[in-house]
Amino acid sequence: MNKAMIQITDLSKRFGALDVLSSVDLVVRSGRVIAIVGPNGAGKTTLIKSVLGLTRPDAGHILLDGVNVIGGDAYRSRIGYMPQIARFPENLTGAELIAMLKDLRGPGAQLDTELIDCFALEEALQKPLRVLSGGTRQKVNAAMAFLFSPELLILDEPTAGLDPLSSSILKDKILAERGAGKTVMVTSHIMNELEELAEDVAFMLEGRAAFVGTLDELKRITSQITLERAVATMMTRGWVKAAA
Amino acid sequence: MNTIMKVLKYQARDAVRSRWLIAYAIFFALVTDGLLRFSGDPVKAQLSLVSVVLFVVPLIAIVFGTVYLYNAREFIELLLAQPVNRRQTYGGLYLGLTLPLVLECVVGLSVPFALHGADAAAWGTLIALLTAGIVLTCVFTAIATLIAVRCEDRLRGLGTAIAVWLLLTVVYDGFVLFVLAVLSDYPLEHATLVMMMANPIDIARVGLLLRFDGAAMMGYTGAVFLKFFGGTVGIAIIVAALTFWVSAPVALGVRVFQRKDF
Repeated sequence: MNKAMIQITDLSKRFGALDVLSSVDLVVRSGRVIAIVGPNGAGKTTLIKSVLGLTRPDAGHILLDGVNVIGGDAYRSRIGYMPQIARFPENLTGAELIAMLKDLRGPGAQLDTELIDCFALEEALQKPLRVLSGGTRQKVNAAMAFLFSPELLILDEPTAGLDPLSSSILKDKILAERGAGKTVMVTSHIMNELEELAEDVAFMLEGRAAFVGTLDELKRITSQITLERAVATMMTRGWVKAAA
Repeated sequence: MNTIMKVLKYQARDAVRSRWLIAYAIFFALVTDGLLRFSGDPVKAQLSLVSVVLFVVPLIAIVFGTVYLYNAREFIELLLAQPVNRRQTYGGLYLGLTLPLVLECVVGLSVPFALHGADAAAWGTLIALLTAGIVLTCVFTAIATLIAVRCEDRLRGLGTAIAVWLLLTVVYDGFVLFVLAVLSDYPLEHATLVMMMANPIDIARVGLLLRFDGAAMMGYTGAVFLKFFGGTVGIAIIVAALTFWVSAPVALGVRVFQRKDF
């Protein structure tokens, strides 16, 4: 079993009267891809944002290699984040945005420009971001997440808005990174895609981590052969449990 | 180079290319040029510009500032997902918004004077006018940044911004006059001074009044202030009050920003 890269214990977050996360326990194993799945509003994005420090949890711990990260800043140099919505300052060019990230992160990281090459972004990076199509912006977004060869990649709906070819390129990249020992947390609404990428699954429901384990384990306990069916079964059971 | 400078560098580069800001500079240039042509006297033109600056600079700074920062929401998230601390990021965002506005205002006001070949005296008073424009920009972008991080809802935020501007520009003077009229039997000089300090636009107006000497058109509060503090003490108090008006919203904004959930 790989060692835990991220260990989340008893994580809770409340927005007004809504418990977005309640006592979430979750382990992300080093060198593996974990899919965060669950219905809308289950707390997936809040969970991701807590790991990034964008959201400040009310209670609980998040450890990265055994070290607390809540309230810290420097640990984010080890993380590459691809947000769900790719909206950038419209008068900057992609190249300027990348230069900014380099400035902010400082020297040291080995640059990985593979996605810029594969997506053929060189020319697009010289134009202001406002003239780029949504798909191209999403490619820039992906290229920036992988650029600094981070140990941990956090991808929120990475293939949303990408054409099939670009989406395949991105998925190949994710698998290649996994092969190189990188850890990945990924959310998606497309279960087939996650099945291709992930070995582990965290199933979120109403702010709780209802299941955390391997993909095979999830299929076994739900007696289903695909992730989609397995998650659907979990959701039905979950709702039944919630209603009871 | 720390995070403030890094964020400032790129955000200012984005903002300065904004069509709205370019329009803002052109607006000032046209108004200034028009006043210079019609009055034929740089000092008279500047007196008219005082009202324009006191009215327009706060409005543009607070409205453009809030709208810009609401649009930058995802950009701010991208910044905070990097190894940066929030206090410095806030400083970078504030300055990256303020400097382009300051630049456009200064360019728009001074280029026409340079083209019309103003003399040394005119430049002296122009510098006072530019200082007022710069300080008011700093104050109102500080308030705009605070509003944008404090209010989640952008419509409410924009409404608050316009309300703050209306309050300080229009409503406040009415309120002061009302108080003075109702309580005219009492000695109100000190109360008037306090009321003036509570409004950065009033402070800037008095600051300009002291520089241009005269012009009772600039409001009752200004007249009282001139009588009390014609010299160094007055300037010192003005500087202290304006420093407060910049640092208080910034300090408050940093606090909010540090605890904010994105």
